[in-house]
Amino acid sequence: MQRIGVFVCWCGSNIAGTVDVQAVSEALKNEPGVVFSANYQYMCSQAGQNMIIDAVKEHNLTGIVVCSCSPRMHEATFRKTAATAGLNPYMVEIANIREQCSWVHKDMLTGTEKAIILGKAAVAKVNLNTPLVAGETPVTKRALVIGGGIAGIQTALDIAEAGFPVDIVETKPTIGGKMAQLDKTFPTLDCAACILTPKMVDVAQNENIRIFSYSEVTEVKGFVGNFDVTVKKKARYVNEDICTGCGACVEKCPMKKVPNEFNLGMDNRSAIYIPFAQAVPKVATIDPNHCNMLKNGRCGVCSKVCAAGAIDYKQQDEYIQEKYGAIVVATGFNPISMDKFDEYAYNQSKDVITSLEFERLTNAAGPTAGKLLRPSDLKHPHTIVFVQCVGSRCASCAEKGKEYCSKICCMYTAKHAMLTRDKYPDTEVYVFYIDVRTPGKSFDEFYRRAVEEYGVHYIKGMVGKVFPEGDKLKVQASDLLNNKQLHIDADLVVLAAAIEPDKSARPLATMLTASMDTNDFFTEAHPKLRPVESPTAGVFLSGTCQGPKDIPETVSQASAAAAKVVSLLVKDKLKGNPCVASSDELMCNGCSSCERVCPYGAITYEDKEFRMPNRTVAIRRVAKVNPAVCQGCGCCTVVCPSGAMDLRGFANRQIIAEVDAICK
Amino acid sequence: MNNKLKNTRDEIVRISGVNPKKCMKCGKCTATCPAFDEMEYHPHQFVAMVENGDIQPLLESESLYRCLSCFACVDRCPRGVEPAKLVEAVRLTVIRQKGGNHLKTDDIPALLDENIPQQALVSALRKYAK
Repeated sequence: MQRIGVFVCWCGSNIAGTVDVQAVSEALKNEPGVVFSANYQYMCSQAGQNMIIDAVKEHNLTGIVVCSCSPRMHEATFRKTAATAGLNPYMVEIANIREQCSWVHKDMLTGTEKAIILGKAAVAKVNLNTPLVAGETPVTKRALVIGGGIAGIQTALDIAEAGFPVDIVETKPTIGGKMAQLDKTFPTLDCAACILTPKMVDVAQNENIRIFSYSEVTEVKGFVGNFDVTVKKKARYVNEDICTGCGACVEKCPMKKVPNEFNLGMDNRSAIYIPFAQAVPKVATIDPNHCNMLKNGRCGVCSKVCAAGAIDYKQQDEYIQEKYGAIVVATGFNPISMDKFDEYAYNQSKDVITSLEFERLTNAAGPTAGKLLRPSDLKHPHTIVFVQCVGSRCASCAEKGKEYCSKICCMYTAKHAMLTRDKYPDTEVYVFYIDVRTPGKSFDEFYRRAVEEYGVHYIKGMVGKVFPEGDKLKVQASDLLNNKQLHIDADLVVLAAAIEPDKSARPLATMLTASMDTNDFFTEAHPKLRPVESPTAGVFLSGTCQGPKDIPETVSQASAAAAKVVSLLVKDKLKGNPCVASSDELMCNGCSSCERVCPYGAITYEDKEFRMPNRTVAIRRVAKVNPAVCQGCGCCTVVCPSGAMDLRGFANRQIIAEVDAICK
Repeated sequence: MNNKLKNTRDEIVRISGVNPKKCMKCGKCTATCPAFDEMEYHPHQFVAMVENGDIQPLLESESLYRCLSCFACVDRCPRGVEPAKLVEAVRLTVIRQKGGNHLKTDDIPALLDENIPQQALVSALRKYAK
């Protein structure tokens, strides 16, 4: 028989305001097994915890019930308290009388009644609790960073700096991500390449970092501390180790009419290409969809001109298997497609461009060598209209836009407008906005400078339609503060397209069993207190895969994720969760139902010898749970037809006892 | 807002099926409106005035009959507010306040004028078909 102590928490007035805590502790005093019952203002305080420790000693308690807030909040606290008092931590049960009673009930009577019932259920469960000991698993001291943009780069550098090996997997032929495509960065206007490329070089030179470029993660197995990951290195038809990045092949390649994705299709590249001058790794890649040699065997020029002999038309995709202790997701974002926004004539006129295209147009390494020219006729534009919130804050049609604010557009549009006026004072620049959102250090000052010092016309209102007429773009817009409709003849229209998570994020989340929100952003373990961890243990989040972010925020989060990874990797062993499934081999009928429903692949079957009557031996197929992989979800216990599968700490008879206590 | 106005406002909201609170005041409806120059009150003002219960000036305004029912505002509103439906509901309210002059379905064929633009008929159907 257990000797149970019940401790009812007031949580100040959070619980005591709606639940009669005195009545609860009195009512639970007479439950079977309870030898001590008390209530206190703040059980989680040092004084409250000492009260538990003293009571354990004084009354020889073997089990503890704390009637308090959600176990998500303080179960770990009270388990530690129990351990300090010399009890097994799994002899503690929490009855949630705050979130489930005081916060949802207005009436003291019903709140108290429910609190007593929940307390009784917890007591009934503790009566059947058994001490559990968590197993330990070793930690693979290597981290995987998926995505090689500024988020992935920063995370990898910080982990490597702490002395752990890191692999970066990047789908593009080079790391650098979106930041490599930008011109200047707000609010200080440093050139993006000048601050990014040194970091890219650091990554390349760091002995602890390996880069798998032009690669993708195809399979993830295992669990925190012990992930088994398969990485597919796509064939780039160039031997990475030999290629010197001299560029002779790129120059001589006769197929020069391939839309250049790095410049968002605004100019062309050759079929064999290096995305940009500072690419890391600086290695050529052959685009198999456009290479004549790969398509029909007629060419081979690059192979002839390559002094290093790095071209290999026979190269195959390569699969690499590696073990990791932690995985960081840094898959980043893309601007949404403008195809559905017919009103802005994006597909009708080359002079309607997105903001990212504008970045390339003003970038010295871009298609116009940094001169702001209209894509249609390469003339200097005089009237430029910027449209904010194109597809952001768009709740009417999920196919068209996104309900959220993309966060970065206000600032980069202010930057574009300011830089345009600075470089080309002969231009008229209009920015149509719904709200200007510039929270952040030196951000609002930056926007005001665009208005006050650079004379950018900020107009509260939206553009309703854009249509090409002659060599002009007719812009019809509203000016709400003056209650006017404006008609502007523009030379260039720039759309601040909403951003969305990269398309690779969803399948990756499935592989990682990491959760996502409806917009395909990864969800964090806690929106405020655990913002860089995924709810899946060992999976961390860095950058815009978690939500829209600018560069300063992305870098902060990237370093935060690295710190979390490092604090995991320094451990030699990880304590597991002892509340895992286990199968009673004598009852198991080998039906495989549990194996099929297990979301974590924790259950396998093995043939085992059993002694049968009359000294015979039978070989039977029985389920076996890998306790290190099992997450204790309990699916298997539900499907098991013979009742062989049970969950430690949440055994069937414990659950039934709770239900009985509630229904009594 | 007095009770009568509040009732009128609620009635307009009810028959239009529009929730003016969804409006984020971006002005795309007004930016897109081809009848802007003809109107005293513009689409975004319709939404705001109904929300504020500022109904009387709307009921008396000629702007009601300048709306072409082209539905550009409905199509382009990023928040799904559907201002044209609100305009139509205000028109209906004016008619209803005039008293018992409702049409019966059977009377319609006799009243059809060949000069009524087809578009007006189709747009009326579009409004109520949803």
